[in-house]
Amino acid sequence: MLRRFQVHRATTVAEAIELRIQFGDDAAVYAGGTELLLAMKLGVARWPHLIDIKPIAELRGIALNESVLRIGATVTHWDLERDATVARAIPALSALERNVANVRVRAAGTLAGNIIFAEPHADPPTLLMALGARVILAGAKGRRAIPLVEFVTGMYQTALAADEILVAVEVPVATARRAAYVKFQILERPSIGVAIAGDVHDGKFAEAPNIYVGAVDEMPRRVATQTLAGASLRDAGTADALAEAARDAVEPIADLAGTAEYKRHLVGVFARRALAAFAEAA
Amino acid sequence: MARSIRVRLNGTEREVQIEDHVLMLEMLRGLGFLGAKLSCDAEVCGACTVLLDGRPVSACTTLALEAEGRRLETIEGLAQEKKGGAAPPKLHPLQQAFIDNFAFQCGYCTPGMIIAAKSLLDEKPRPTPAEVRHWMEGNICRCTGYQTIVDAVLDAAGASGEPR
Ligand SMILES: Cc1cc2nc3c(=O)[nH]c(=O)nc-3n(C[C@H](O)[C@H](O)[C@H](O)COP(=O)(O)OP(=O)(O)OC[C@H]3O[C@@H](n4cnc5c(N)ncnc54)[C@H](O)[C@@H]3O)c2cc1C
Repeated sequence: MLRRFQVHRATTVAEAIELRIQFGDDAAVYAGGTELLLAMKLGVARWPHLIDIKPIAELRGIALNESVLRIGATVTHWDLERDATVARAIPALSALERNVANVRVRAAGTLAGNIIFAEPHADPPTLLMALGARVILAGAKGRRAIPLVEFVTGMYQTALAADEILVAVEVPVATARRAAYVKFQILERPSIGVAIAGDVHDGKFAEAPNIYVGAVDEMPRRVATQTLAGASLRDAGTADALAEAARDAVEPIADLAGTAEYKRHLVGVFARRALAAFAEAA
Repeated sequence: MARSIRVRLNGTEREVQIEDHVLMLEMLRGLGFLGAKLSCDAEVCGACTVLLDGRPVSACTTLALEAEGRRLETIEGLAQEKKGGAAPPKLHPLQQAFIDNFAFQCGYCTPGMIIAAKSLLDEKPRPTPAEVRHWMEGNICRCTGYQTIVDAVLDAAGASGEPR
C-alpha cells in the first residue's frame, strides 16, 4: 500500500529537467521503481510526485560508438544480460548482469537506478569503476560527464544535482582490456564483489591494474596496485600481494551478511579468486 | 490522480480505472484475480509474479499504471476453457506438470512459480536444469525443497518440445 502521489510522464530530457525544477524536493525520478517503490512502501521516503523517465526515447538503447559503450539510463539489467554487443565488448559485464538480483528485479530495474541509489551492496558499480566508466548527466545548465568514481560519494550518496537526471553510462572498451568480476552472497544482495581490469602482456600485468572491492564498505574501494605492474598473473606472490592490498583497501561494515573481521577475510579470498578469473578470461 | 488505462489482461482488452499510487497487485486483486499473492512485499519471494509484455515482474512493487497499453498475464489466463462450458478447462502443460510431479504442497507460491516458469519456457523452450534453477532462484517455496519444481518445469519443457 502506497501513499497517494502523482506520476508525471516525461517524454523528453528537457521536460524531465523542467519537472525536477518545478517540483524540487517534492518529486523523485522514477525508472524501474525496484528501489524507489520499496523505500516508499517502507515509509522511509515520501514523494507527492514521481517523474517517470521511461517514455523518453533518448534514454533507451545500448550502442557501441568507436571505443565507448553507451548504455541509456532506462536500459535494464534484463536488457544488458541479453545484449550481443555487451557480450562481445565486455563479457564480464554480461556475466555480472546475469547474476544481479532475481529475474523480476532484472526485468524492471535499470543500471542507472542501481548506480544512483548507491546502495553499497551492489554489483555493477564495482566493475564499472574498474573499467573507468563515466556517467552523463543533464541539468538546467546543460550536460556534464563525470567519472563514476567521483559520482558515487558515499552510502546512498551521489553527486547528482537537484535539477539533474542521469542520461547514460559510458564505458570505454579498449580491446586489449580484459576484466573479471567475482562475487559472493548469502542474502539477496552481494556480501562482496571484486573487479579487475587491465592490460596484459606475456602473462603479466602490463601496468598497474584497476582493482575495486565492492559491497563490504560504504562504497566500492580502489585497491593500491602500483606494485603489481609487471607482476605475473599466475604467480603465487602476485596473489598474496593482491590479497594483502585488497584487505588494506577496505573498512568493512558488519551487517546481516557477517562481521567486519569475516568480511575482511572474504576480501582476501575473493581478491585471489578475481585474479584467477582474470587470468582465465580470454 | 485517477486515470483510465487500457490493458490486455490474459488476452482480453479491458479498461480499468486506477489511481497513480495503486500497485499492480492491488489492481489485480481488486478485479478478482486472486492467483498472484502478497507475501514478502519486497520483490524477494516471487509469490506475486505476473508477466508484463512477457517479462516477469513483482506485482507487489510495480505500479498498476505500468500495464497501460501492455499485455498482462496472470495464472488465471493459463488454462484453456473448453467449448461448451461443462467440461473442466484444459490445463497449461506447466500446470499439468506441477500436478504430475507433486511440485506443490500448500500451493501459496505456485501461481508465481508457474508464471515465472512460463516466461522462461516462452524465451527458452528447452532449458537445461541449471538454467531452470537460475531462473527460478527468485521464487521461494517453503514446502517442496525445490527438486519437484525443477522436475516439473523440465517435464513441461519436454511436453511442449521434443520428448525427453
Ligand atoms: C530483491 C532485490 C535484490 C537485489 N539484488 C541486487 C544484486 O544482487 N546486485 C545489485 O547490484 N543490485 C541488486 N538490487 C538492486 C537493483 O539492481 C536495483 O533495485 C535496480 O537496478 C534499481 O533500478 P530502478 O530502475 O528500479 O531504480 P528506481 O527504483 O526507479 O530508482 C532508484 C533511485 O535512482 C533514482 N533514479 C533512477 N533513474 C534515474 C535517472 N536516470 N536520473 C536520476 N535519478 C534516477 C531514483 O530517483 C531513485 O532514487 C536488488 C534489488 C532488489 C529489490
